Amino acid sequence: MAKMTKEEVIEVAHLARLAITDEEAVHFAEQLEAITNAMELLNELDTENVEPTTHVLEMVNVLREDKSVPGLDRELVLKNVKEHEAGQVKVPTILE
Amino acid sequence: MTFADKTAAQLQELIHTEQTTIAEVTKQAFDRIEALEPKVDAFLAMNKEQATQQAEEMDKVPFAERGPLFGLPIGVKDNIVTEGIETTASSRILEGFNPIYNATVVEKLKAAGMITVGKVNMDEFAMGSSNENSYYKKTKNPWNLEAVPGGSSGGSAAAVAAGEVPFALGSDTGGSIRQPASFCGVVGMKPTYGRVSRFGLIAFASSLDQIGPVTRTVKDNALLLQAISGHDERDSTSADIEVPDFAEALTGDIQGLRIGVPKEYFAEGVGEAAKQAVRDALKVLEEKGATWEEISLPHSKYALATYYLLASSEASSNLSRFDGIRYGYRTQKAGSLLEFYMNTRSEGFGDEVKRRIMLGTYALSSGYYDAYYKKAQKVRTLIKQDFDKAFEDYDVIIGPTTPTPAFKIGEIIDDPLTMYANDILTIPVNLAGVPAISIPCGFENGLPLGLQIIGKYFDEETVYRVADVFERATEFHKKTPQTWEGAAQ
Repeated sequence: MAKMTKEEVIEVAHLARLAITDEEAVHFAEQLEAITNAMELLNELDTENVEPTTHVLEMVNVLREDKSVPGLDRELVLKNVKEHEAGQVKVPTILE
Repeated sequence: MTFADKTAAQLQELIHTEQTTIAEVTKQAFDRIEALEPKVDAFLAMNKEQATQQAEEMDKVPFAERGPLFGLPIGVKDNIVTEGIETTASSRILEGFNPIYNATVVEKLKAAGMITVGKVNMDEFAMGSSNENSYYKKTKNPWNLEAVPGGSSGGSAAAVAAGEVPFALGSDTGGSIRQPASFCGVVGMKPTYGRVSRFGLIAFASSLDQIGPVTRTVKDNALLLQAISGHDERDSTSADIEVPDFAEALTGDIQGLRIGVPKEYFAEGVGEAAKQAVRDALKVLEEKGATWEEISLPHSKYALATYYLLASSEASSNLSRFDGIRYGYRTQKAGSLLEFYMNTRSEGFGDEVKRRIMLGTYALSSGYYDAYYKKAQKVRTLIKQDFDKAFEDYDVIIGPTTPTPAFKIGEIIDDPLTMYANDILTIPVNLAGVPAISIPCGFENGLPLGLQIIGKYFDEETVYRVADVFERATEFHKKTPQTWEGAAQ
């Protein structure tokens, strides 16, 4: 049975860009450990020679003609942006 | 006269014989929603002004130009984008989000002349089985207001069960249409993967998600699926395959139909009442000329683990787009861009969503990818093969939709694994990609039970035919919940 530590949860949360408190990390560690242990049921199965399924329908490489089409109107695209200036999206400072 | 218990055909008859108008039907839907919402809590954003105006315009269209759904009201699940109507997927992170285009299915509803009355509640990003994970409200089960409506399309099923609207759209990733349909005593169909365009459906797990109809009768369900189906070049996974006339398939004839009944769907954990209701249903279908045999889908018990690994992995990737930059909720507490992302997402997502994002991130992370994600993809193949094999000998597979009827609000919300177990009988269907319906087939302690009918790839016609034969032979779909007592006309 895999053990999930608080530190592992903090690391995973960081990868997922989620800020969590120590207290939350302890709580999630318990739950995620129970969940991943339940998932280990799959190890009972020998899947050595089984192909993985990524998609259930028999279709590959859906292509369209390489032709440019107009995108959405800029004003429309900015409609849900909280802060924008001169037609551009504003974000917090990246470089000091 | 109440319209709440009427089918599409009955409503059209009333409209075409000028006993009522589209404007009146629409008004009554809003009146009933306003009267029942304090109890049911199924709706989020409403579209009253526009819908009322649309209804008046539509009354001017000549009868000859109208289809079977023309002018009828519908509720749309809140993870389907609707231009000009707030769309949140019941998440704080999309609070105030006002889509700038319509999902393909919404365009198709418009083309059919349907009137979107509003958006219906759901578990946040369709993650949950009770609607308790909505950031905005907890939808109640119209049969018992202390019980959950199921999820994630709980608002869709509750709104239809309460008679607020005759039609709703839901989405089903692991049972999210069928389980709430079962809990609320209505008809819910998850079509074959690829049958309905996912363009404009806020993605949870892209290889599993499908939009589908929730209605009170099988015929209405077939009509609505007809309206939303078809190939869409904006969804590269939508199937370029002809859409048959689903309503035509309701011939009433199932003579010679071969039914497989998986013994795994009657295993430990499945309630006696649910099992008995299915046994009784099989007798009804036998009387109509079908035969059934016990079969085995041997990998069923691995479906739940497979599903949670794959769905969470896909979700962790899909939900990375919510960063507070271009739309939705934005944190006020951030010094750097990294802090901005992390605080926005932490404040914007609920616990279940965070749990699944972390599970998915973990399963995809280096060192665990083969053990979890790839392993689950391989087991998915085995689960799909179980269905392929069964469908060599049988036309449909039948079992209960859920192990038990609706549970109480608050009862299992803190126990994720128990909550996930609600979907053990619906999840294998999504992993295989085949179509399945839930229709009412009984009651336990006054709460509905659902019969699940699973079909071959792109054979929704047979699923509907069998469901319709059962519906014609039984009265379950005619029963109405307690919210109907004293409800507004």
